[in-house]
Amino acid sequence: MSYGLVQFAYLIATALFVFALHWMNAPATARRGVYAGVIGMSLAVVATWAQPEIVNHLWIVIAVILGFAVGIPLSRVPLTAVPQRTALSHAFGGLAAGLVGAGKYYLWFGDGSDQLTPFRTTAIIAEVLLGFLTFTGSLMAAGKLQEVKWIPQRPVTYPMQNVANIGLLLLAAALGVGVVLQPLAAWAPVALAAIIVLALLFGVLLIIPIGGADMPTVIAILNAYAGLAAVAMGFVLDNKLLITAGALDGSSGLILAVIMCKAMNRSFTNVLFGAFGQVQQAKAGGEERIYKAESIEGAGQVLEQANLVVIVPGYGMAVAQAQHKVRELYDQLRKRGVTVKFAIHPVAGRMPGHMNVLLAEADIPYTDLVEMDEINSDMPQVDVALVVGANDVVNPAARSDKGSPIYGMPIIDADRARTVFAIKRSKNPGFAGIDNELYFSDKTWMLFGDAKSVIGELVKQLSGGSGMH
Amino acid sequence: MTLLETAAPAAAQTPDMWSQIFVFVLATFIGLGVIRRVSRLLHTPLMSLTNAISAIAVVGAILVAGPDYPIEIRILGTIAVFASMTNIVSGFLITERMLKMFKTEHKPGEGPRP
Repeated sequence: MSYGLVQFAYLIATALFVFALHWMNAPATARRGVYAGVIGMSLAVVATWAQPEIVNHLWIVIAVILGFAVGIPLSRVPLTAVPQRTALSHAFGGLAAGLVGAGKYYLWFGDGSDQLTPFRTTAIIAEVLLGFLTFTGSLMAAGKLQEVKWIPQRPVTYPMQNVANIGLLLLAAALGVGVVLQPLAAWAPVALAAIIVLALLFGVLLIIPIGGADMPTVIAILNAYAGLAAVAMGFVLDNKLLITAGALDGSSGLILAVIMCKAMNRSFTNVLFGAFGQVQQAKAGGEERIYKAESIEGAGQVLEQANLVVIVPGYGMAVAQAQHKVRELYDQLRKRGVTVKFAIHPVAGRMPGHMNVLLAEADIPYTDLVEMDEINSDMPQVDVALVVGANDVVNPAARSDKGSPIYGMPIIDADRARTVFAIKRSKNPGFAGIDNELYFSDKTWMLFGDAKSVIGELVKQLSGGSGMH
Repeated sequence: MTLLETAAPAAAQTPDMWSQIFVFVLATFIGLGVIRRVSRLLHTPLMSLTNAISAIAVVGAILVAGPDYPIEIRILGTIAVFASMTNIVSGFLITERMLKMFKTEHKPGEGPRP
């Protein structure tokens, strides 16, 4: 294929990628976006592969077949495992970028060619650094989300942690400057290898202090890094398709990270270097407080008589795989003429949009999934707020208690509903380790137990009682 | 086609730093503009879709794995082709799978979706 033809194919692919993302603005057109993406990708791959300098087809064919062999099972994971899968794919993206950057450098170094201009070498360093730190960082995040045994779930902190991490990064950057100045020096390949090792190590250390509740932000940040690594690869290869697609991915990660940070009232640096888990120790202690528990029968009767019920789902719903039972409850209540809405907090779950996907899987129409900002003004008219496995996102301390670690975080105002039922697995505090004021409010009744079985019993109660009225 | 062919590859040999940076900045603006309008309902599928799209790194990987380069370099490239291909396949498939689930009111008698 001629140079012009390849560039033309890349241009079409770029346009298709932009349209793909544009169509994601509404669920009705979103699937079109996937098809546009697939066509753009196929075009780009065929145009690249058909170039005359590509002569070793067998290896590429094998790699592609293996890619399908691993990719297809990865696309069929349960939806509760989607955060892990996403983190894993950021890891693959980072690995690909890092390997291509390293490969290109060693190739040009071996040639002794003048290809290693300062700009290109800088791009290679950026690509290798971002690629490999995204690789190990995302593997760690995936491991934490999957609850792999040898990766600690709780944030791990130690003295001088941030100083050590930043020192590591500065060391890698200093080596990078050396390579940019002297790309063909005898020591330069060794320096690049050292940068790779430092980047791999930095990725691990960056994620170790991060707890589960911060995962949505971290996944979004890693997404942005993977995109930027692709941009750097585009600079290295002088390939505008890579630059554009990487920039689209990078800006998506950035916007999602900003949304997540705003939804927790925290800054990037605070998420990455703040070690959220540490704050709770200061607050432990204080007086014993009493929960009011409610029986299934009582809760069922109150729900039946309500006009408007709002269900607030959280990560606990995902853990208990309760979304299908929630759907049955939704059906039972609607059969009785009760209006049921779902209040979705941006950081509920372990990745952006996690709750929406789980509820959509359970066949709940997306028109009944309402964002935090929209539902809060209606909360005083809500008869029952049913909290399913959510905790910090409904904690009124975020509004009122200046000493609380989550103070200032926007929350779903479940406490303004007339009655609150909260399903909770145990009497322990939530992921951020903070007592929830909501549970001790006058109008709150607790339903203790696994979310799935509690809702299952509620459904049984409602369906069993239907003939008697 | 002659017109396109005369756009000589010589131009590709000397990377133009500024035109690349222009493309990057403009693409970022387009990205920010488009992504900001994406429905919040779809943030999870958005992430898997952009994952698949940024696996366009496969292009770079093929350019390292395919030519007549030393074998060590081609090994790196081949692993990169595998990693990107995995992302392309799983990214597009799972996005499609999730998006299929998003629907409006469930009509009675419609039955479960395939």
